Amino acid sequence: MSETPFEPEITAFVCQYCGDMAADSAGWNRISYPANVKIVRLPCTGKVDVHHILNAFEHGADGVYVVACPEGNCHHINGNLSAKRRVTYAKSLLDEVGVGGNRLEMFHVTAAQGDEFARIAAEMTERIRALGPSPVRRAMGKSSG
Amino acid sequence: MIIAQRKPLEEIKEMVASYEKVLVLGCGTCVAVCFAGGEKEAKLLASELRMARQMEGKSTQIIDHTIQRQCEWEFIDPIKELVASVDAVVSTACGIGVQGMAERFEDKPIFPGVNTTFLGMPVQPGEFVERCQACGDCILDLTGGVCPVARCAKSLMNGPCGGSQNGKCEVNPETPCAWQLIYDRLAKLGQLERMMEIMPAKNWSTSRDGGLRKIIREDLKL
Amino acid sequence: MSGDNGKELVVGSKLERLLKAGHFVVTGELGPPQNADRSVIEKKAGYLRDAVDAVNITDNQTAVVRMCSMAVAKMLIDLGIEPIMQMTCRDRNRIAIQSDLLGAYALGVRNLLCLTGDHQSFGNHPQAKNVHDLDSITLIQMVRQMRDAKKFQCGEEIKGQEPRFFIGGAINPFADPFDFRPFRLAKKVKAGVEFVQSQLIFNVPKFREYMKRCGDLGLLDKVYILAGVGPIKSLAAARYMATSVPGMDVPQEYIDRMANAVKGIPQEDKKARREAWEREGIKICAEIIQQVKEIPGVAGVHIMAIEWESAVPEIVKEAGLLPRPKLEA
Repeated sequence: MSETPFEPEITAFVCQYCGDMAADSAGWNRISYPANVKIVRLPCTGKVDVHHILNAFEHGADGVYVVACPEGNCHHINGNLSAKRRVTYAKSLLDEVGVGGNRLEMFHVTAAQGDEFARIAAEMTERIRALGPSPVRRAMGKSSG
Repeated sequence: MIIAQRKPLEEIKEMVASYEKVLVLGCGTCVAVCFAGGEKEAKLLASELRMARQMEGKSTQIIDHTIQRQCEWEFIDPIKELVASVDAVVSTACGIGVQGMAERFEDKPIFPGVNTTFLGMPVQPGEFVERCQACGDCILDLTGGVCPVARCAKSLMNGPCGGSQNGKCEVNPETPCAWQLIYDRLAKLGQLERMMEIMPAKNWSTSRDGGLRKIIREDLKL
Repeated sequence: MSGDNGKELVVGSKLERLLKAGHFVVTGELGPPQNADRSVIEKKAGYLRDAVDAVNITDNQTAVVRMCSMAVAKMLIDLGIEPIMQMTCRDRNRIAIQSDLLGAYALGVRNLLCLTGDHQSFGNHPQAKNVHDLDSITLIQMVRQMRDAKKFQCGEEIKGQEPRFFIGGAINPFADPFDFRPFRLAKKVKAGVEFVQSQLIFNVPKFREYMKRCGDLGLLDKVYILAGVGPIKSLAAARYMATSVPGMDVPQEYIDRMANAVKGIPQEDKKARREAWEREGIKICAEIIQQVKEIPGVAGVHIMAIEWESAVPEIVKEAGLLPRPKLEA
């Protein structure tokens, strides 16, 4: 094992009313979370399109997750439920492509749950670290090298 | 509208395996409304193909584009140059669109990206159900507006058969028995006596059985 | 008898003659083998020969490929047994059916049972294309037109010998909508059916109600109705029929009786348990025959013991229907 330890690239699509504020809460409370996570803030996770998720993987993300408001508590009534269904569908596409649907996950937090936000970031980072680089990224490395 | 379903990626990958530059061409009408082959779906398929081919170390020159309809020359013709610039096209239009493309671009391989499945409607979001079989001789006036040709597994003219149970079809317990629907609807219309009439053996010559169908309208000709 | 179904013989088959002479008729059923072995037919025919008046030959029942009903019908004729050839609309269009009818008549077949046919998804070739050019009712119309008007379905005249069949159909009194079922029989009568055999009956009160409604429509004088019966082979079969067979209505009473039949017999003694079940199944069947026999308009019974043809003689005996009437030549 001569390679340098693998640091996953993770994209998180977060809702501005919960996930993003939870990230803030984590900050105020000085709770740290892995720097592997790049946050994409959205007005609502209902805006997450399957295409955005695939796009992230296509451009080298090793993992993607969506952080939405708790079920029944979406600022836009049911945007989070739409996101949940799309995540399920995107998982099936990722399986079909061979990237693996387990590199994608859906989470729910409230704005106050900074600790939960940090725990999710750590959980996904560990999960993806264990899975290794995404096959797409690996292939990109090869073709560029 | 025409309802279609995306083909499995594996099948599409296989079709275009030997081509470098591939265009995924969406269609903005029926297949867009049923979320099988519209602009978004064409983008998704292109993205999937790029990732899959990247992983196999193959060319990732997969582009996507969508036109409003692939079943009319006036929408197909403007993309001549785009089609000329690729080695093959995966059309996510229905079978009509794929053939329209193939007829217009005779020297270009055109592959189907969807399975054209039936003529139907979304009865609720995410649920598409068959309604018509284009038999060419509509009898909906006699059957309370419910089609036994398309909706009965045996296309019975004089149903329901003995497999109708609790309003469902024995072939699939989730499918309503078409003849139960006809019966209920005729009852609501006060036309149950129609159920007592024997419908004669259907003339299938107006259906696909009669060979390629064609309609000529002199008034529309140029 | 009045209306369409006069007492004059139109075909002269044994079945027609017995029914019109007022006998309580017993028909059986023979499922052709899933191979080309003629000896299977001979063996099964042996069980049915003296127990029933005529034998249905199923047409690829439940859409499983079997020896063709016309060939088996011919074999039965050669064995001295009268066949009732079944014909479904699933596998043949009107051209193939009419061609088969010409052939079947030429081979000596005189009774025809017109069916829609089980959907191919229940059989061993669910990938098959189904035909359903006609349905059971338009099939009946066609067979009747060929016989009485000497015309093919297209209206062309049949020059020379027309195929003449005593025309049968099926009824399922237990399918839905229940209210429409007697009317559907009325449509079949209007189309030209002369006898019908019913789906397996276990719920006798419901069948009685169906028959009453048929009587109210004046159908009992126009069509011979044969009540379908059959033996239950085991408790598992009773439960399966009660829960999993569409259009089958098995009252709890019979399931309990099948359960009680093996009381006191140890689980290990599989043979004794099987025999006890079979005895009870045959007994129940004979009892149902006696009950339906008393219902006005029931002209006979149709015993369906597919893959258990050997039970038929015992059932008929237990029901007190032996010996079967002989016809003068």
